[in-house]
Amino acid sequence: MNTEAASGSLSRAFLALLRRDLLLAFRRRTELLFPVIFLLVVVSLFPLGIGPGPQLLARIAPGVIWIAALLATVISLDALFRSDFEDGTLEQFVISGHPLTLIALAKIVAHWLVAGLPIVLLSPLLALWMNLPTESLGVMILTLAIGTPILSLIGSIGVGLTISLKRGGQLLSLLVFPLYVPILIIATAAVMAASDSLPYSQFLGLLTAGLITSVTLAPFAAAAALKISLS
Amino acid sequence: MNVKTEKISKPRKNALVMFIHKMGSPPWFYNFTGKFIPWFWAIFIVLTIWGLYLGLVKAPADYLQGESFRILYLHVPAAWMSLLIYSTMAVLSFIALVWRIRIVEILAMTSAPIGAAFTIVTLTAGSLWGRPTWGTYWVWDARLTSELVLLFLYLGVIGLYNSIDEPRKAARAACLLAMVGAVNLPIIHYSVKWWNTLHQGSSISLTGGSSIDPSMLWPLLIMAIATKFYYGANLLTRARVKLLEQDIRKAWVREVLKEKKG
Repeated sequence: MNTEAASGSLSRAFLALLRRDLLLAFRRRTELLFPVIFLLVVVSLFPLGIGPGPQLLARIAPGVIWIAALLATVISLDALFRSDFEDGTLEQFVISGHPLTLIALAKIVAHWLVAGLPIVLLSPLLALWMNLPTESLGVMILTLAIGTPILSLIGSIGVGLTISLKRGGQLLSLLVFPLYVPILIIATAAVMAASDSLPYSQFLGLLTAGLITSVTLAPFAAAAALKISLS
Repeated sequence: MNVKTEKISKPRKNALVMFIHKMGSPPWFYNFTGKFIPWFWAIFIVLTIWGLYLGLVKAPADYLQGESFRILYLHVPAAWMSLLIYSTMAVLSFIALVWRIRIVEILAMTSAPIGAAFTIVTLTAGSLWGRPTWGTYWVWDARLTSELVLLFLYLGVIGLYNSIDEPRKAARAACLLAMVGAVNLPIIHYSVKWWNTLHQGSSISLTGGSSIDPSMLWPLLIMAIATKFYYGANLLTRARVKLLEQDIRKAWVREVLKEKKG
């Protein structure tokens, strides 16, 4: 009986927090668009800097789109806990009695829906710009769909650690980019394999394994980081 | 039940437990390690001179790589240390976060700059060796790349530790980051290994036979031991300074400083 009620209140707390975060994000629609515009600008800089040769662009397309996705995610990460930390809401969450891990996970999911999902949805346009072969477009979208949640999850640990700093943003990128290396390698390897019509399912498998591992571990680490930052 | 409570209430007299308990006290740690540091430095200097003499003068030149292979006596021990120190730091971080022992926090955090220094030595020596051997200073090979990422991980820990003003909070945040990095390090290493191209396979293996001549192997082993003493000496020296810094207003530090003056 008791545990049933508790789990009911847990999922209710999770959904309430998710709803609140999404609502807050959509009330500030312009801010919501910044990472997306940033993504578009960064990708459009590459043809300008490297030259418009379609073959070359197609070759570097997976890497460029993925690096732009990493940068856009890190830019948007700071908003993950920042406002809640500054106005004291985060402390209220901690004393609310709900596990901080659950709260962190809800906020991470909200962050991905707001910042990660647009990247996935925009990727066909980016692929078109970068002249990515159509047959590897599906794999590109798949890697982004599996990979961007990992970026949000791992990033949340970095944000939790740097949230008490006034200018944590620059440090944040130093903390999380090294941790993003495996995702970048595996994801771009999958798209490149698809472009060369080689088997790519093993890369998607590895990426999914990364997603499962980070869903299991990252919220706990993020909660521990937040607790240290709030102490 | 009765037996259990009796066990807990009785004070433990185990020598090892007592020793670990005592080491948690700053003045005790300060005085105890102070006796070892000169010895560590001395052993390090003697072993380094001996190892470098054997390696740079006595060992024969490699039939393939010529004299340039001698960089290995700096490069390989430094590379081993860069990984060993990161794992030591992660274990210390775990202990620091679980038991909240301040001295362990300090030891974990003072390990980071030493490890970063060894990583830089590894990368520099490696690229200097790469120029005559591979014809290029830098290649994006698996081991070089993971060593570079390792340097970034070290820099992240150092950066985070130095950015937070309150020392204990800073240490705990950086300890958590060190542990996250330790979980990721094998994944980074294996993911990076895929474009393994130019780097030669390792010549020394613990399980199989080594493909290196004893006259070349000995100096390497001596250097490997020397770097460990360097780490110990440097770590303890730094940790003692950090302790004095943090406890500057405490009575035991005033006593230490008085002794130094008098």
